[in-house]
Amino acid sequence: MSHGRMHRKEDARFIRGRGNYTDDVRLPGMLYGAILRSPYAHARIVSVDASAAEAHPKVRAVIIGQTLAGLGLAWMPTLSRDTQAVLATDKVRFQGQEVAFVVAEDAYSARDALELIDVEYEPLDAVIDARKALDPDAPVIRDDLEGRTDNHVFDWEAGDGERADALFAQAEVTVAQDMLYPRVHPAPLETCGAVADFDKVTGKLTVWCPTQAPHAHRTLYAMVAGLPEHKIRVISPDIGGGFGGKVGIYPGYVCAIVGSIVTGRPVKWMEDRSENLMSTSFARDYHMRGEIAATRDGRIRAIRVKVLADHGAFNGTAQPTKFPAGFFHVFSGSYDIEAAHCAVTGVYTNKAPGGVAYACSFRITEAVYLVERMVDVLAAELGMDPAELRLRNLIRPEQFPYRSPTGWEYDSGDYPRALRLAMDLAGYDKLRAEQADRRARGELMGIGVSFFTEAVGAGPRKHMDILGLGMADGAELRVHPTGKAVLRVSCQTQGQGHETTFAQIVGQELGIPADDVEVVHGDTDQTPFGLGTYGSRSTPVSGAAAAIVSRKVRERARIVAAAMLEASPDDLEWADGRWAVVGDPATGRSMAEIALAAHSDLELPEGVEGHLDAVTVYNPPNLTYPFGAYICVVDVDPGTGQVKVRRFVAVDDCGVRINPMIVEGQIHGGLADGIGMALMQVMAFDEDGNHLGASFMDYLLPTAMECPSWELGETVTPSPTHPIGAKGVGESATVGSPAAVVNAVVDALAPYGVRHADMPLTPANVWRVINGNPFRTDLAIP
Amino acid sequence: MQVPAKFAYERADSVPHALELLERYGPEARVVAGGHSLIPMMKLRLAQPEALIDINGLTELGRLAVEDDELVIGALVRHAELLASTIATDLFPIFRDAERVIADPIVRNRGTIGGSLCQADPSEDLSAVFSALRATAVIQGRNGTRTVPIRDFHQGPYETAVEPDELLVRLRVPISSGTGSAYVKVERRVGDWPVAAAGAVLRVEDGVIAQAGVGLTAVGAEHFCAPEAETYLAGRPPSPEAFAAAGRIAAEHCEPHTDQRGPADYKRHLAAELTRRALAAAAERI
Repeated sequence: MSHGRMHRKEDARFIRGRGNYTDDVRLPGMLYGAILRSPYAHARIVSVDASAAEAHPKVRAVIIGQTLAGLGLAWMPTLSRDTQAVLATDKVRFQGQEVAFVVAEDAYSARDALELIDVEYEPLDAVIDARKALDPDAPVIRDDLEGRTDNHVFDWEAGDGERADALFAQAEVTVAQDMLYPRVHPAPLETCGAVADFDKVTGKLTVWCPTQAPHAHRTLYAMVAGLPEHKIRVISPDIGGGFGGKVGIYPGYVCAIVGSIVTGRPVKWMEDRSENLMSTSFARDYHMRGEIAATRDGRIRAIRVKVLADHGAFNGTAQPTKFPAGFFHVFSGSYDIEAAHCAVTGVYTNKAPGGVAYACSFRITEAVYLVERMVDVLAAELGMDPAELRLRNLIRPEQFPYRSPTGWEYDSGDYPRALRLAMDLAGYDKLRAEQADRRARGELMGIGVSFFTEAVGAGPRKHMDILGLGMADGAELRVHPTGKAVLRVSCQTQGQGHETTFAQIVGQELGIPADDVEVVHGDTDQTPFGLGTYGSRSTPVSGAAAAIVSRKVRERARIVAAAMLEASPDDLEWADGRWAVVGDPATGRSMAEIALAAHSDLELPEGVEGHLDAVTVYNPPNLTYPFGAYICVVDVDPGTGQVKVRRFVAVDDCGVRINPMIVEGQIHGGLADGIGMALMQVMAFDEDGNHLGASFMDYLLPTAMECPSWELGETVTPSPTHPIGAKGVGESATVGSPAAVVNAVVDALAPYGVRHADMPLTPANVWRVINGNPFRTDLAIP
Repeated sequence: MQVPAKFAYERADSVPHALELLERYGPEARVVAGGHSLIPMMKLRLAQPEALIDINGLTELGRLAVEDDELVIGALVRHAELLASTIATDLFPIFRDAERVIADPIVRNRGTIGGSLCQADPSEDLSAVFSALRATAVIQGRNGTRTVPIRDFHQGPYETAVEPDELLVRLRVPISSGTGSAYVKVERRVGDWPVAAAGAVLRVEDGVIAQAGVGLTAVGAEHFCAPEAETYLAGRPPSPEAFAAAGRIAAEHCEPHTDQRGPADYKRHLAAELTRRALAAAAERI
């Protein structure tokens, strides 16, 4: 049995400092690139004079927007079918936007030369507050788009608005709440970058880059730059964290490629921390208004949401084409609700493009936060315990597969069992009793509950594609003559432990140790096509492909084993990792024995080619739906507004757990993310569009000191559609935990009549909320 | 990739050598010790000194000892050394309180006491600590040493009494019996600069406060102290009411600025609240 706890195979190199990241790539003759960025959020470019930089003795090329315009590369398509400037030609549209690219003999000279480029700007009024983006007098950001007269990107809705409205009209109780999910950033330890090497002799372009989707990058480079796809090789080496921020193609990658083509030498570009925070994909920035209609005894009947979505200066969100608001319309959450409706309006602002980075499962983070906050608002209105209110409304086990009011088909689950387990682990009733005692003493203690349902593993090809590329994943499995195997997959680990988990999947299916399986990934020349790792899709999609290709190999092995045993394949059974004649375990042949035979002179039946290798493509029939129940306990200092997370109980159901240790690690990380977002993280902007979170002094990552010792629990409800019943877990905790923390803090502040407070709940924000004078967290503090 | 602009580098092998180098390179030279403020600023090119004078080899500046009735702390003493020094932290628990919340262990292992004071960041914790302790700075130039009361040392944000050709060599902290001290800080996250912080030093004789020191960080308090609150406390018996009143007085006399750590009204509130808490904790430790 290969499933189960085992140390990660990749850690041997990581803990020895022997990982190989993009910045570790050093090629003979390699040059270094640096990007000049806009100091303004919105300005017209009057002129760019690069002559002094070009005269720098160590500079080999200076590329500006006009250079690229001559090549037809000044603009590139985004993953949402918009366009984005590679290097600005007409205007700059956010602070930190790419304006020029210098290629020099060393990184110091490249950086020095940036200061020699003279750009004349004519500053324009900036659109910073998303709520003012559609004002009639708002400056038009995208005047590059034909006929564009405003900052409107899209309107999109889901669900049955009429039915929801009818239920609201006759509701016994309604509640409404405005809330902001602020702009945050995944802030991976490794920033983005690329090494591009264009070989003029062979015409082959090789790009090393920390991409979560190497195959998609290759195809897009071919489509956009007109390079033949078989002459493009994308290598995604070890990645120091992605979280969604490394899905897209950034202007710097294109600049490195152009730099290599222009100079004929390899070019490395690595962004620094501030560049990463200012210009690469942000997440969230959803201004939401939720409403719930319910009965007085706490039965939720309908939910409505209006969203104003800040997409920045270019609509660059990475999500399936048909869903401009991602999977936000799963916002009816884990509850059996008759009607639901959401209306989302996307707007341009003078901020960096992006939108779905940071482990959000295509905006399910926002959806879960919305519904879980709204349920607590309803609980406060009804004077009902929030856990009890949830138990009254959770989808019941017998309702699965459950068709949601916005069209999702939840695959499987036992939600009340998970919530009750979390309450037991937390000692929920005792906590409430303690809270009552403390409140009587004037102390602020809060208990926050959240329940989430995820929809991951995108996705079925007929519904889901990115720029026309269907979201199915290939897998290839080779079994060498001695029974050792090599699995080749399209997805790319960024710390999730694919080299271990996928080896375990193959090992389990073939009856060989996981250590005997090498997982090859991240190199488009060595792996089959697939859409990559994000949206918690690796185990649901590529993991399924790995299981299925293993089963194909196993079936080939059955034929070979039958020849070895001079039996009919139909007379064999797979037991204890061997093929044996039914009822005669002593005849069992291991995969190693069969593999050697498959490569030997053993005579095989007519039409059987020999060897065991197989390929497959997995097109998921449905998404998978992990879920979980989280309970957070906080103490708030009323004199300072400081929040201390005392306990965090997390019960996760991600279906079958292949390696429970890796699953728990993923959950730990996601819970820390949740504390970060709930308590300290935000990218705010002042009225001129200056980024107020452009370094780790200003954009805070949580540390162990802010995290309690996590208390984990689990239930296991296998996915009925996944070949091994796994559901995916990469983003569960990031999706589910922020609401638990915020609900806990708001619960602590209940004695002040507080029903909502926006993230991040910094000491200053909490103190202002206590004093009834909260500030907008997305803008400069006034 | 963040890379600094071009600079010259010199390693001093004695204090006179360091002073000679400072004179040679002039005001565009900077002294580097721990470098945990200066080097990030150089990598961001917010600072572009023409030369760095490295004083890490000057072991004579690393002394930490009691001399007569003073605690003497060399400018090159690392934060971690001060935190680990039971001589210092038993005499003045305010050092333990503050050092435990200054940055993180990696920064504390390298950053120096002198560097923190000379950087003169308005949010620097130790400036308020030494101000509360009424320490004396010893500054050396080519013509010898001079002393400056710590409350005259800071002359504004990032400005000190140390001239470009001088070196802060040590701090002297007066020791007296019957003293308690404490430091309280609010930060958004461990390792962050303070939103606000307050330090308190109380000397009680015959049941009344003989001398109070109140230090304030990041709230725009001149010289990092609250003399009006100190005057109010002198001669009164220590009490929660007196400490709360002192906190209110301290808050009235500071000038906090709004930034992303918090609005001015909140910081002013913290000046009062944290002063009160620091005084109460200091009184407990006498």
